[in-house]
Amino acid sequence: MVIPIWIAFASSTHDNITILTEGMKWSLGDQLLKNYNEVLNQTGGFSKEITATKMFINSFIMALGIAIVKVIISAMSAYAIVYFRFKWATPLFWLIFMTLLVPLEVRILPSYQIVSDLNLTNTYTGLILPLVASATATFFFRQFYKSIPDELLESAKLDGANSWKFFIDFLVPLSRTMIAAIFIFMFVYGYSQYLWPLIMTTSEQYWTVVMGMKIIFMESYEGGNLPRVAERFAYIILSIIPPVVIIIFLQRWFIKGLIQTEK
Amino acid sequence: MSFLEISNVTKIYPNGTQAVHETSLSIEKGEFMVFVGPSGCGKSTLLRMVAGLEDISQGEISLDGKVINKIDPSERDVAMVFQNYALYPHMNVYNNLAYGLKNRGIDKTLIREKVIETAELLQISQFLDSKPSLLSGGQRQRVAMGRAIVRNPKIFLFDEPLSNLDALLRIKMRLEIKKLQREMGVTSIFVTHDQVEAMTLADRLAVINNGIIEQIGTPIEIYNNPQSIFVAGFIGSPQMNFLEAELNNNTISTDSFIIPNFLCDFNGEVILGIRPEHLSPSKKGEIKMSVDLVERLGSDNLIYGEINGKNDFCYRSPGNVSVNLGEQLSLNIVENKFYVFDKITNKILN
Repeated sequence: MVIPIWIAFASSTHDNITILTEGMKWSLGDQLLKNYNEVLNQTGGFSKEITATKMFINSFIMALGIAIVKVIISAMSAYAIVYFRFKWATPLFWLIFMTLLVPLEVRILPSYQIVSDLNLTNTYTGLILPLVASATATFFFRQFYKSIPDELLESAKLDGANSWKFFIDFLVPLSRTMIAAIFIFMFVYGYSQYLWPLIMTTSEQYWTVVMGMKIIFMESYEGGNLPRVAERFAYIILSIIPPVVIIIFLQRWFIKGLIQTEK
Repeated sequence: MSFLEISNVTKIYPNGTQAVHETSLSIEKGEFMVFVGPSGCGKSTLLRMVAGLEDISQGEISLDGKVINKIDPSERDVAMVFQNYALYPHMNVYNNLAYGLKNRGIDKTLIREKVIETAELLQISQFLDSKPSLLSGGQRQRVAMGRAIVRNPKIFLFDEPLSNLDALLRIKMRLEIKKLQREMGVTSIFVTHDQVEAMTLADRLAVINNGIIEQIGTPIEIYNNPQSIFVAGFIGSPQMNFLEAELNNNTISTDSFIIPNFLCDFNGEVILGIRPEHLSPSKKGEIKMSVDLVERLGSDNLIYGEINGKNDFCYRSPGNVSVNLGEQLSLNIVENKFYVFDKITNKILN
């Protein structure tokens, strides 16, 4: 695991010619600052409108948006399914669950149609919205809520908590480790989206990191330039930083959320 | 009108099970009422209807002069202690106690005062900052009680709060609950399936069976004058002995002995009930029992044997009496303390 990453990192600190002539490197070179600076600040793409920095920001916004909205929506829908005894709660849950079988790629054209009808192409909302419903997360929240003893709800009721308060004062704090775990999964999921942003965005201003990986230094092959291998390695190394940072920040809760529930 | 009036209350669950049948009951202010009965008899359902956690299918419950059928649980001004305590696991003890008050919009300094006062009363002051998961069973129990006390409700509801504790602690908490209730004078309903708990705690107790209140009275009344076979068998430990018998012309005859001069208009098949502690050995005793098993409790011996083909007839003798297995005992009924029930209606005749 670590070795390929190290080779990519080491290679990203040499200049292009060295790598093209000598292959990938184990040792560090002297081009670190130059390469990374170039990657972050040089405009790329077809119309030279975007820098890698901007793509990182785009990806971050998209992943964050997806993760946050997903957690909120699935926690709340699970709450409705478990605690409000409306007639179709169980069939409704299985309907939601069945959407697991329909990934974005299957419904990508209809989704595009909807987003484009709503005039949301080339917006952050358009990037985020079709990806926020999550059957998996709803399922996890549902299982967790079901494991909470009824007496807790009853006791809270007698203490004057209405349904909204019960959600905020009880379910949210009780499931916070789980929220962290789901948040991380969903962040990484959002961050690594490729097909959707590719279809959705026509303006380079909204490119994301994973798309950029293929496209950003495309021009290097044109006009007899040398392929800019070192910069691409630098770009790859940079692209893994945001998810890693999120995991480092949330890992304490994340691990707790995976192995135990606080009850 | 009493403080709490339950009139003709029926509970039918959506699946058709009838948990409580047209039950009426009134509880006076400051009274400690215990609902006792076997599991599934509807005692918890009745309690939960008072709390507002179950809908009332028919009938009416009124508290302090107000019908509370349609009033939200939080506005009924009742507090409940649950069997598994239902403490809020993510809040420390202080917040567990304060939560209900906060929701009522009470001033913060007043909340603080009340919580601290309650914590002192229950000797849990040193745990105010701890999470419930760090507390022992007895301490959790106190916190659960504290949560009820701090709100100063009109009525306390206890739903088998002691059954998760070990035997010693249960006895201790039982005493404490009784003492606290006396001191505070709050009307309380306590649900339990343990008849010892019921007898020791209650001012009055209601024996419930199959969704019907079989008898209401003080513990001693119920012990001395059970109105039905069920009550007679449920209250008292070890259980009352029941023998099949025939009542004709004021004489009760069983297979092996007779009791003359029982004044009653009834003639026919009856059940004779004798408590194990109401027997005494006597040379001329009419009840002959061969000893099969002896349980030595120290203070008492529980002696089991066979009478009229019934195997587990029990006699309670003082602990210092030595008994041998297989021995033939002759017993008499003490001071005519026996009960005669109609075999068909299961109701008492004497």
